[in-house]
Amino acid sequence: MFPCCYFPFYGEVRRISLENTFKNKTVRLNFRYTFLINKDRKIGLTFVKKTKSRGPYRIMMDLKKNWWKALAILILLYSIIGGLLIEVPRLAILNETIRALFFHVPMWFGMIFLLSVSVFYSIKYLSSNNLQHDVRAVEFANSGVVFGVLGILTGMVWAKFTWGDYWSNDPKQNGAAIGLLIYFAYFVLRNSLEDEQKKARISAVYNIFAFATLIPLLFILPRLTDSLHPGNGGNPGFNAYDLDNRLRLVFYPAVIGWTLMGVWFSSIRVRIRDLQNQMNETA
Amino acid sequence: MKLAFHATFAAEFFKMLLKEIQVLFKKEVLLEWRQRYALNGMLLYVGSTIFVCYLSFNLRGAQLNPITWNALFWIIMLFAAVNAVAKSFMQEREGRYLYYYSLVSPQAVILSKIVYNSVLMALLAAAGYGVYALVLGNPVQDQWLFITNIFLGALSFASTLTMVSSIASKAGNNSTLMAILSFPVMVPLLLMLIKVSKNAIDGLDRGISYNEILTLLAINVIVISVSLLLFPFLWRS
Repeated sequence: MFPCCYFPFYGEVRRISLENTFKNKTVRLNFRYTFLINKDRKIGLTFVKKTKSRGPYRIMMDLKKNWWKALAILILLYSIIGGLLIEVPRLAILNETIRALFFHVPMWFGMIFLLSVSVFYSIKYLSSNNLQHDVRAVEFANSGVVFGVLGILTGMVWAKFTWGDYWSNDPKQNGAAIGLLIYFAYFVLRNSLEDEQKKARISAVYNIFAFATLIPLLFILPRLTDSLHPGNGGNPGFNAYDLDNRLRLVFYPAVIGWTLMGVWFSSIRVRIRDLQNQMNETA
Repeated sequence: MKLAFHATFAAEFFKMLLKEIQVLFKKEVLLEWRQRYALNGMLLYVGSTIFVCYLSFNLRGAQLNPITWNALFWIIMLFAAVNAVAKSFMQEREGRYLYYYSLVSPQAVILSKIVYNSVLMALLAAAGYGVYALVLGNPVQDQWLFITNIFLGALSFASTLTMVSSIASKAGNNSTLMAILSFPVMVPLLLMLIKVSKNAIDGLDRGISYNEILTLLAINVIVISVSLLLFPFLWRS
């Protein structure tokens, strides 16, 4: 009917306006169409939703629902600007690299939070057999791994300037690397299975199993061994900076901001995957 | 009244479970005894690996550095364990598991496999240690601690790898998959084992190793209980 129905986009969500000439008057109609077109370019599902026109009201409604995304951006802007500009205590060796606290440490907090959410959804999948929970588990693990890689890279840069080497056999560095290996193995395991339900169940089992062994790796072992990492074996940790509360003033918002950012990443990925799944079902 | 009922029910359940584990364990041993494939094959595997290592180091009378000796021993054990335990879910066909499913509880299956694998690993590790010490020399000063550590290692390898091998067997028994799934999971255990055995080699006071041994046992408790919880879900597919 409309030429736009034949756009070769898969799962494209687009806003179009139609102009109809109706009794010599131009009437403008605003629609939001969701086209789900399968590979044969036939329309699988046409989901028509009438929406209000964009305006201040619409923006307010968006904010009401997605206030946390705006919060994430504001907090991150604050923590990046503040993290680079505030005055930090002068400590030997550390010097200005103490600012890594605002950029490196939040990555780990974000990673652990996202991976915990992933395990939570794996448990939910096992108890419900709902594939949507599996999608959430994978996507949260995905963004958790992105945070883990960023954490390792930022940590390596920091280690180069304070310890003299990118990799210096530190238990925390090794633990982090092994944690990443576990999740890479998780993705390989997923790719090796064909059947959706089987893939979801087996990878959920591995996710929970691996997380249970990751906990001692990340939290118990580094405390048993000597490490140069701040917070270990007599090296000044975060608590040693207590004298200076300005660090906390930027550090805590940075943790919250990056965690929210991770949740945002994952939610976008989850939406894409849900749409793809819908498309496959209708195709 | 209700509590008493639950208590008797739980007691009955555990009695049943123990009995099932016994029967299944006997079945595993019998299967192994008839084929004599896993144990002999693995003994040969360990023996030839050790011999290859010996030849590669090209030692003549001189001993390896204790750190290298220790690391090499545990790496050989790790690979032997991965290969030995990977077989535990390959021997029998899918259909037979369906049959067991109608007879016994899944917990009994995984526990009997863990027990069987730890016995197998203990045999392998003990034999491996003998050959290794014979060929590459024996710098260990505290023998009893080292041997205890080997048995602890056998238990830890078996408990972790049994669960991983059941996962890998569901994904088509791919040996690459077995290795990549198990190695990262094994690392915390391996680190503890290597540390304790280094203490045993140096003949340090045993009190120093208690912390590591306790951690090792705690990780084993976590792994076995998580396996017990998760195996029923794997089993169903």
